[in-house]
Amino acid sequence: MLKVNDINVYYGAIHAIKGVSFEVNDGEIVTLIGANGAGKSTILNTVCGLLRSRTGSIEFLDKNLGSIPAHKIVELGMAHVPEGRRVFLQMTVEENLEMGAYTQPRSTIDPNLERVYDQFPRLKERRKQIAGTLSGGEQQMLAMGRGLMSNPKLLMLDEPSMGLAPILVEQIFDIIKRLHERGTTILLVEQNARMALSVADRGYVLETGKIVATGTGGELLRDEAVKRAYLGG
Amino acid sequence: MMTFLTNLVSGISLGSVYAIIALGYTMVYGIAKMLNFAHGDVIMVGAYISFCTTSYLALPAWVSVIFAIVVCTALGVVIEGLAYKPLRQAGSLAVLITAIGVSYFLQNAAQLIWTSNTKVFTSVVGSGSIKLFNGQLTITVAALVTVAACIIIMVALTLFTTTTKMGKAMRACSEDKGAAQLMGINVNRTISMTFAIGSALAAIAGVLLCSSYNTLIPTTGAMPGIKAFTAAVFGGIGSIPGALLGGILLGIIEVFTNSYLSSELSLAIVFGVLIVVLLVRPSGLLGKYVPEKV
Repeated sequence: MLKVNDINVYYGAIHAIKGVSFEVNDGEIVTLIGANGAGKSTILNTVCGLLRSRTGSIEFLDKNLGSIPAHKIVELGMAHVPEGRRVFLQMTVEENLEMGAYTQPRSTIDPNLERVYDQFPRLKERRKQIAGTLSGGEQQMLAMGRGLMSNPKLLMLDEPSMGLAPILVEQIFDIIKRLHERGTTILLVEQNARMALSVADRGYVLETGKIVATGTGGELLRDEAVKRAYLGG
Repeated sequence: MMTFLTNLVSGISLGSVYAIIALGYTMVYGIAKMLNFAHGDVIMVGAYISFCTTSYLALPAWVSVIFAIVVCTALGVVIEGLAYKPLRQAGSLAVLITAIGVSYFLQNAAQLIWTSNTKVFTSVVGSGSIKLFNGQLTITVAALVTVAACIIIMVALTLFTTTTKMGKAMRACSEDKGAAQLMGINVNRTISMTFAIGSALAAIAGVLLCSSYNTLIPTTGAMPGIKAFTAAVFGGIGSIPGALLGGILLGIIEVFTNSYLSSELSLAIVFGVLIVVLLVRPSGLLGKYVPEKV
């Protein structure tokens, strides 16, 4: 579904992503794990078109994303739930969800809203509330719900557990599993490596802009080097 | 008492013009995060277009208003596309200086085309007036039309930003352009659209302003532009109701100072009030501050 081939991304003179290649197949959960600053978010931002790679290619559903602007990539069926949630704080919950369906025909908005409310009953209770008044966990649910409003074929989640209480982290991962069961392909970026690997089909380990290990979720969980570096021994 | 009422009416009317201009500043600032100092000069262009349509082409006043709106809308989009869009990634200082450059460009272009001689602008709404309280209180039709236009524009814009898809997309862009792009919103088109709306409003403001003051020179838009900018900051830049409140208050303060103190002091007091408001409430009267959760 998604094929990333040898991308190099720079922030000015800083070489942030160094020749990274990976792929996500239809129906998989794939996770990118790594320490702070390893380049996980940079990769997602490059895939969705907010940043550009100097080399290589990114193919999504056999289409080269090369020069397609970010707002057009969404139309192809890719939704990105960015790091730090970035919900529209001054808009209501429902308006946020409507923005998620911006590229969708009007007729699909209501059924999609129902589906998202079904998935996140809390959002339904608060649908007229301004997003800025929601708790962190609720904002994360809103960000995920907003991403789902475009009926994405590929959902990219950037640190969905960041800053959340452990009980909420469990909830978020339950939701990720449920989405996966319903057939959504997911690319998950996480610092919480143990959680991420336990739900993922496959994972890639990133270190200072390079992929240093890859395998199934189980393999990486048992890998000695990964254990030492990311799973606390 | 009647002087007070007369002043109040003309203050509200002048304030309505400031409010309409301030909307242009505030919307552009809200979405493009830039101060478009050429906005005041778009007002002047609108007034000249209306003037030419009625004086040289002898077309009716309402046609001249539509002409002015069309020309200014196009002008706003062209200015944004040629002058500001290439600077999207540049620092805000570069954009600010460019805006000042565009402002001088428009003033000088107007001087080339229309010369610096004062044109007598005939009010587009006639020179009629209504007398109340046995003729003690006179309200001009121009003042009434100005206030009515301001109310209609406010209601229309509020409905636009809260109920239409494009309007909501604008609010999304004003909060977070990156996240808006991730929703599939074309940010560049949204910014152009904002300039189009702001410039259309500038055309209306120009015609209304000159209908009340009847004179027109290439720098006509400069001072009202700066005052309206003050009004926008005063009310809380980025906020639509703030532009209305700031504009009306500024108009009233200005007229009352002119009438009761002295016209020399009016600018000093207007800007003095701004300084006080900013010291007490840095985000302006209605400026929003929503704490971000981390």
